[in-house]
Amino acid sequence: MTPPTSRRRAGELSRRSFGVLAAASVLAACSRGPQTAAPNAPLRVLAINHVWTQAISRYLPEFEEQIGRKVSMRMLTADQLTSSFNVKLNASATDIDVMTVRPLQDQMMFARNGWIADLTDRVENDADFRWSDFQEAPRERSITAGAAVSVPVVTERPALYYRKDLLEDFGGAPRTLDDMLEIALELERRSEGFFGYVGRGQRSGAVTQWSSFLYSFGGDFMHDGRSGIGTPEAVAAYEYYGRLLHEAGPPGATNMSLEQAMPIFAQGKAAMYVDADAIYSNFLDPKISTVADTVGFAPFPAGQAGSVPHNIPSWSLAINEFSLLRDDAWEFVRWASSPRMVARLQAEGIPGARQSVWDDPSTLESFPADLAEAMRVNAANGVGHDRPEVMQVGRARDIVGRPLVSGIVGEDVRAVAADADAEFNDFLVRDNRQREF
Amino acid sequence: MTTTSTRPAVGATPGRRTPSSGTRPMVTFEQANRRLKWALLTPALGFVGLMIVFPLAFTINLSLTDAFGAVNAGNSFVGLQNFADALTDTRRFWPAVGRTVVFTLVAVLLETVLGLALAMLMRKPFRGMEIVRTILMVPLLATPVAIGILWMLILDPTNGIANHLLGFVGIPPQEFLGSVSQSLPTLMLIDVWQWTPMMTVLLLAGLTTLPEEPEEAAKVDGANAWQRFVHIILPMLRTTILTALVLRGVDALKTFDLIYATKGPGGGSDFEAETLNVYAYGLTFDYQEYGLASAVLVLFTLFIVAIVVVLRRRTERSAS
Repeated sequence: MTPPTSRRRAGELSRRSFGVLAAASVLAACSRGPQTAAPNAPLRVLAINHVWTQAISRYLPEFEEQIGRKVSMRMLTADQLTSSFNVKLNASATDIDVMTVRPLQDQMMFARNGWIADLTDRVENDADFRWSDFQEAPRERSITAGAAVSVPVVTERPALYYRKDLLEDFGGAPRTLDDMLEIALELERRSEGFFGYVGRGQRSGAVTQWSSFLYSFGGDFMHDGRSGIGTPEAVAAYEYYGRLLHEAGPPGATNMSLEQAMPIFAQGKAAMYVDADAIYSNFLDPKISTVADTVGFAPFPAGQAGSVPHNIPSWSLAINEFSLLRDDAWEFVRWASSPRMVARLQAEGIPGARQSVWDDPSTLESFPADLAEAMRVNAANGVGHDRPEVMQVGRARDIVGRPLVSGIVGEDVRAVAADADAEFNDFLVRDNRQREF
Repeated sequence: MTTTSTRPAVGATPGRRTPSSGTRPMVTFEQANRRLKWALLTPALGFVGLMIVFPLAFTINLSLTDAFGAVNAGNSFVGLQNFADALTDTRRFWPAVGRTVVFTLVAVLLETVLGLALAMLMRKPFRGMEIVRTILMVPLLATPVAIGILWMLILDPTNGIANHLLGFVGIPPQEFLGSVSQSLPTLMLIDVWQWTPMMTVLLLAGLTTLPEEPEEAAKVDGANAWQRFVHIILPMLRTTILTALVLRGVDALKTFDLIYATKGPGGGSDFEAETLNVYAYGLTFDYQEYGLASAVLVLFTLFIVAIVVVLRRRTERSAS
């Protein structure tokens, strides 16, 4: 019997060689490509689908001419954007150069992970850029662990949207939260299928808008690193917001975020609505709004601690740490947040973060007069955060939002707030441990 | 094929020899065949390795670490701590397990019953059958996200048409997906609406392969339609039903897009529709707790494998 031969014909691979070749192919496929960008590679911007992005897109040819490179801009919704960053940057992807980030939601985690570049030298050493011109609250929120890691481009405050025709009998927009509740309940009683108030009610989604109620009742999410949601002020704010939506709001409020609440006001089914001032144009467009002629804008009503709304940078620009075009990416950030561009966009109705632009009345001409005034007042009184300032913002919002839901469905808020307060304290201990940069 | 050289070729005429054959003997047919087998299998093995084995191994590895924030950020080995955390979590994990089981059981059971009823109706040709079949297939063609948005609009408590229609028959407005208690049942019904056609198609395929003689013999013996269905058709169709149950059951266990599109992160404000998949997604993308999320996914995978093994054994026993 002939033993099986191990000899091969010319060019034939042994099993071992085949294995080595296959492993080498896999390693080659997994290894990073060239670490310099191709000369004609576009500058890639992964951005939020927002009026700011749509507006800046129109001016891109001007920037492309300036740097001699094409810009490729991709837009995603906020959740998709965060998921996309998580997937791509976990793999140290180089195919994103400029990112739009939510400084109060993502920035601390991204900076801890080493995903966004330190811009401190660039913003501070560039005299033309005028870093100090940015409003203090948005500028402070751009700094994480002592480093400037983002540049704010869109700011946001709450606005009270109300029906001028319906609130005429009550002397116009309510000045206090007590008046707002009273009017909402009265209007709710007057008509079947009409609501005195509509607002966000989703556990996590409602937290940012509820923050202004919390501050105006004298509370805050945290006090000296400990939970603040069990304080009498916070409980009062929970009870107030819960009652407002439970007694004067639409059914199914706990499933409502911006996308569900906004159409109810736009379709003329609610008398008052508190949400971001950046969405005002949705109510002025007759194609999607039946209240274009009757909507009014007012500053946030005062609670026991006065009118204390949030005034936050909702969207900022950051640079991917793994980008191969970091200098060009900085040029983009510089151009998009320059005084000239911020003035242009603000004149189109997109509020920016530069004080010099806010000081120029011509940039506010595109806003309805009462909205411009509401924005000015809210900005003056505003607090620089609208959610807990922690590493794991998502988990924190889920904890903080739990008593809100209890209030909205008509349950006892105190017991749930006490439980959530204990859970939030435990969470803060863990979250502090994770802040290792 | 060039690799089919056989033993006789070794002793071929010198003029026909390849350049190497003078010093090295040719490989046997079996050897060549074995190598060809591996060469042809390589793309499939590579695909399975890259797309299934590697992610699974990576997930198991992550589940044993305290990975948080970024998966490559110097994670420490924590052993089975994440599994212990998950299995002792009565606030989110176990309720999510319960919802996953309830959602799957109720939805798949309804889909099977309705699918079988429709398959029985469509078993015999009738006028307009093609139109009915086409209409039945429509829900299957749409993506779950599109279906979620469609039903959100229909069931919107304030502006939706469902409450408008209910008003005509005197039923008060319902909150549907906006309600903590109604969300999961509503989602089950949407799932039933979408996937009953698939069960119908599978069971109809099984019904058409059944021999007609036993049923005709029973008819001659005086059995009525219900008796024929229970005692003749159902037993013969058992294997098909079990196969359909496995296919649809595993798919229903993994339902994600419909729930996420309609209820958002966490499956709603009170986590009322949070299934294991939605929970694991939240841990990954909302909380960036990759270690714990991986442990939940490993447990979920084991859970699905256990169910498939049990159902498969049952199918095999039934077939034999």
